[in-house]
Amino acid sequence: MSSSIDFVLNGQPVSTRCRPDTTVLEWLRGDALLRGTKEGCAEGDCGACSVLLKHAPTEADSVNYQAANSCILLMGQLEGAALLTVEGLAQSSPDGHVIQQRMAENGSSQCGFCTPGIVTSLAGLLDQNGSPKESDIHDALAGNLCRCTGYRPIVEAAFAAARSSDSQLPKSDDNIGKDVVGAEGESVFHLPQTLAELLKLKNEYPSAILLAGGTDISLDVAHARARWERVICTRDVKELQVLQVKDDVLTVGGAVSWQALLPHLETHWPSFATLVRRFGSTQIRSMGTLAGNLATASPIGDGAPSLIALNASLTLASNGVKRVVPLEDFFTGYRKSDLQSDEVIEAINLPLPQAGQGFRAYKISKRYDQDISTVCGTFSITFADGKISNARIAFGGMAATPVRCKQAEAAIIGHELNEGTLAAGKAAIEASFKPMSDMRGTADYRSLVASNLLERLFADLSGNVVEVMSL
Amino acid sequence: MNDAGKLNSLKVERSEVGKGHAHDSARRHVRGEAIYIDDMPDLPNTLHIAPVLSLVAAGKILSIDASKALAAPGVVCFLSADDIPGKNEAAPILKDEPILADRVVEHVGQIVGAIAATSFAEAVQAARLVEIDIEASDPCFDVEDAFANGSKTCATQKLKDGDATTFIESAPHKFSGRVEIGGQDHFYLESHVAYALPGEDDEMTVWSSTQHPTEVQIHVALALGVKNHNVDVQVRRMGGAFGGKESQATIIAAIAALAARKTGKPCRFRMRRDVDMAATGKRHGFVMNYEVGVEANGRFTGLKVDAIANSGHVADLSGPVVTRALTHLDNCYHIPNSDFTGFAAKTNTVSNTAFRGFGGPQGILAIEAIIDRTARELNLDPNAVRAANYYGPGTGEQTPYEQPVEDNRIVDVVERVMKNADWEKRRAAIDQFNAENKILKKGLAMMPVKFGISFNLPTLNQAGSLVHVYTDGSVHLNHGGTEMGQGLYTKVAQVVADVFGIALADIKITATTTSKVPNTSATAASSGSDLNGAAAFNAASEIRQRMVEIAATELGAAAEDIHFGNGKVSADGKSINFSELAKLCWMKRISLSAAGFYATPKIHWDSEKLKGRPFYYFTYGAAVAEVVIDTLTGENRCLRADIVQDCGKPLNPTLDLGQVEGAFVQGMGWLTCEELWWDEAGRLKTVGPSTYKIPGSRDVPPEFNVEILDDQPNHEETVFRSKAIGEPPLMLAISVWLALRDAVSSISKGKLPANLDAPATAERVLFAVEDMKARTARRNST
Repeated sequence: MSSSIDFVLNGQPVSTRCRPDTTVLEWLRGDALLRGTKEGCAEGDCGACSVLLKHAPTEADSVNYQAANSCILLMGQLEGAALLTVEGLAQSSPDGHVIQQRMAENGSSQCGFCTPGIVTSLAGLLDQNGSPKESDIHDALAGNLCRCTGYRPIVEAAFAAARSSDSQLPKSDDNIGKDVVGAEGESVFHLPQTLAELLKLKNEYPSAILLAGGTDISLDVAHARARWERVICTRDVKELQVLQVKDDVLTVGGAVSWQALLPHLETHWPSFATLVRRFGSTQIRSMGTLAGNLATASPIGDGAPSLIALNASLTLASNGVKRVVPLEDFFTGYRKSDLQSDEVIEAINLPLPQAGQGFRAYKISKRYDQDISTVCGTFSITFADGKISNARIAFGGMAATPVRCKQAEAAIIGHELNEGTLAAGKAAIEASFKPMSDMRGTADYRSLVASNLLERLFADLSGNVVEVMSL
Repeated sequence: MNDAGKLNSLKVERSEVGKGHAHDSARRHVRGEAIYIDDMPDLPNTLHIAPVLSLVAAGKILSIDASKALAAPGVVCFLSADDIPGKNEAAPILKDEPILADRVVEHVGQIVGAIAATSFAEAVQAARLVEIDIEASDPCFDVEDAFANGSKTCATQKLKDGDATTFIESAPHKFSGRVEIGGQDHFYLESHVAYALPGEDDEMTVWSSTQHPTEVQIHVALALGVKNHNVDVQVRRMGGAFGGKESQATIIAAIAALAARKTGKPCRFRMRRDVDMAATGKRHGFVMNYEVGVEANGRFTGLKVDAIANSGHVADLSGPVVTRALTHLDNCYHIPNSDFTGFAAKTNTVSNTAFRGFGGPQGILAIEAIIDRTARELNLDPNAVRAANYYGPGTGEQTPYEQPVEDNRIVDVVERVMKNADWEKRRAAIDQFNAENKILKKGLAMMPVKFGISFNLPTLNQAGSLVHVYTDGSVHLNHGGTEMGQGLYTKVAQVVADVFGIALADIKITATTTSKVPNTSATAASSGSDLNGAAAFNAASEIRQRMVEIAATELGAAAEDIHFGNGKVSADGKSINFSELAKLCWMKRISLSAAGFYATPKIHWDSEKLKGRPFYYFTYGAAVAEVVIDTLTGENRCLRADIVQDCGKPLNPTLDLGQVEGAFVQGMGWLTCEELWWDEAGRLKTVGPSTYKIPGSRDVPPEFNVEILDDQPNHEETVFRSKAIGEPPLMLAISVWLALRDAVSSISKGKLPANLDAPATAERVLFAVEDMKARTARRNST
């Protein structure tokens, strides 16, 4: 078997027989000799490799082009998709895309190496949002680092470009991708269309790489140059694209991207939405999935603590069998979970907030945007008759897995929001954890911050301004 | 000093000079059309290189076994120290640094060997198969241990003026203390890269992402065992450098050239980000131990500082970095008695190197910390302590290294920035905010910067250029300076355009090449436009003076009446086009090509005693920063910054503004979110942007006001009376760190100095807050 990868590149159909486990960046700079797109880090964190990607619309997601990091995007993921690079934007008119014009005029580049990625991210923003606020521009740039300019001329150029009427990207035709590309014996990339097909493949090839957005696992290819003989990608599985509210539960399919999920979080848990905008850039959110974030079972995955506090559960599917597992029981050890080798995460089930229930997610990291948490503290608190009637508290970064802190919950349930309750809660948090020291913070810092976050919560719930970013 | 090095006395009118032209490559940048070295198409049979790094911090290499790697697909050769036909020598000053580790390894990440393969992926995969057997020895990671043991990479430096010991002893107030300052990764977006193409006989062409093509040329020639004239090094542009591509590029280029020599094929060596961060040097971390004597009004009587730099495993540029730290410990303050010791501590970490400011930022941070401490101890306003110590204008007061502080704009820039920042009103508002808020606290601080311009070593202050005028009036411009994003090429082109009175578009800017302009200095020390602009001015002026003779005959006018401008050459109402004159000169057999040269006048330096006039001039700036901290988490943020920066008469105010803003944000990163973190085995764990956090767009102060001062031409005779701009504004970011200290001190109502080192990460701020709370409680209870 050998099957080409077919996609649209800068408006032109392309058919290539390269290995589907090649990164898009490597292919662009190599076979395509399109070297405007740069490699800055090969870990999806600097944005120099940004491209614009459009997939066939799904139920959950019908947006046009979205920025993605080509260094951690695999060629197999381009099947049926449309890709725009900085060169494509430059071809869009004699002077290129309007953001290219405004940036060239406004001193927005110095060394110029980050510039193509920034152009691409901002073109993606302007396509979706013709009148961005400053915070929207920062959101769009959260995954793009510039070391020269100090960003002011870039942000200004984005505003200037937004005032222009011609910032829309071309609408690409929707293509339906094939369900397998690549070559046996080299690298095969499956894109099953149904859950049944996915589970059959999973059963047949238990050691194949299960790939959602690849924003974590594809680092092995980008960085270590791993080669994957077989990949099963969840992208096109219809059943995993579900995103709906039913019976007061939000169901998030296993292939739903963070970006598609974000508006729902904004509606029901704005604090969680703020956290999600911070822990992944637009590029990461457009590819990465909530299911993938949980499946990696990272102790510092930022999705899990909030979901544990919100009492989420997972629907796990294997050939013919489904089971529902509370998320707080899902993680079994450092990067280990209860997910069996023949199982996939079909959906995450999130109960909607009840009357009197408030939710806060606090993330502490070295940088506000696009950083991994040193400590992530999440609190779901319900009040009745002036007292805390229910509480679910969970932390990330404090143990080998994201964990619930029942001792702290017990210390505050049934009490009023006062100093005594706070002291008891803080003591319980301090007694619950023995965190580690690493490059993100010492054990002492983590312990102190974790208990202090309860103090922030109390001040926050009492109506005080508690975060430096609120000023 | 011979006349050849002087700035040509030709009077040239400003036309393109002084305009805010966009960077010459701006259009190419935004369209992805600017070609960086890794963007050059591969020549047929190009090999790709991946290095083999030491995983051990210190030890003896017992054996290297590359047999498995050599058997891997696509692998063509393995290089080790034994494969170097010439000298295994990469050090810029001393002779202490190998290209490839030989017999010993001295830090994790040191390059021990390299694999060349037919693809990058194959090279990376095969490099992991090389087995290195190392007998580990005890490493040293602590600079103060090294200081105590006298373990250093280059000579200890002493800068003494007066009698600090006596005057500290007799002072009414004296304090001693310690400030620890972290290093910084350059994080240029383009990691190191070199592409080597073997030619005939001993020839080698190397495209290298370097700020110092001549040094790369010399070391490639040394490694290959050939004369310098065989090696041509070229660089059109770098994707950022910031000092990190000054001395560090030599190893990468030499390995590419060695592999090209061994295989006879073109070889490309691009460092992956994590390799770049593990294997190449950074800004020096310092520990500053001080003793200071102060009068009741805050006036210093004497200052002793032990400035201990983390040199890393070899000297590299640590000697001159320490010199610049010592010569900037005074900043804007006249210290009547000083005793500064500079020590380059040898540790088993990657060798630290040049980084924007080159020791200056660490020196200035130290004295500003001492001022903050002094003010709190004496219950004085920190700005009053500053004012009590400023070098007086017109007093002829000398620095500790005996250079008079001329052209003194300190009070001027400070008054302007205080006004721009609306200091009095905001100080009161912040004090009120702090009285009303328990969790969030604000801080405010001002600091001035005086920065010396010129390489400390006089020899390096020279530059060359090559200018050709073609018969259609178009001009080819080349000089020894390199383009790393700062806009040097644009500025120099503006200078040449005005000499010829032609449009900027008529100047072709060409890649820096050792075969066009030889024996150059690094593009560093903020000196790029001063040196190369002057050298290009001299070359163009020489050609213009030849052209004037022909024009005078043609127009029937006196030579002194000939005017160049708007693409025309005119006199007495008659004119010809510049292109016509060029053609005419050719017909009359007049050379339209000239090599220009420039050597900075007036400077001299005794590197033993650290005395002299190392700097042609000083540049001045000042900043006010306002921050907020969270006393529960230590999270912090700069809310507003106001900057005033003296630029003389700018060559290009837009590019200068870009330098000011970019340097400030970069400096802010150094002092806040950027933290280098090693584990117990000496492995740097922050080797990518996922763990090493440089500022993002949201971290820029939401209110950020920069005033470029262009009202005072440089009092020294620089090209068009401009001033250097690359490094000075980085130090203005120390205001952010001082404001963070102020915010922490607010817990004691400003009475106690904060125990806060740099970088002020959230963790350091939180522990400084905890410490301040405890001390304030003790103070209130006594």
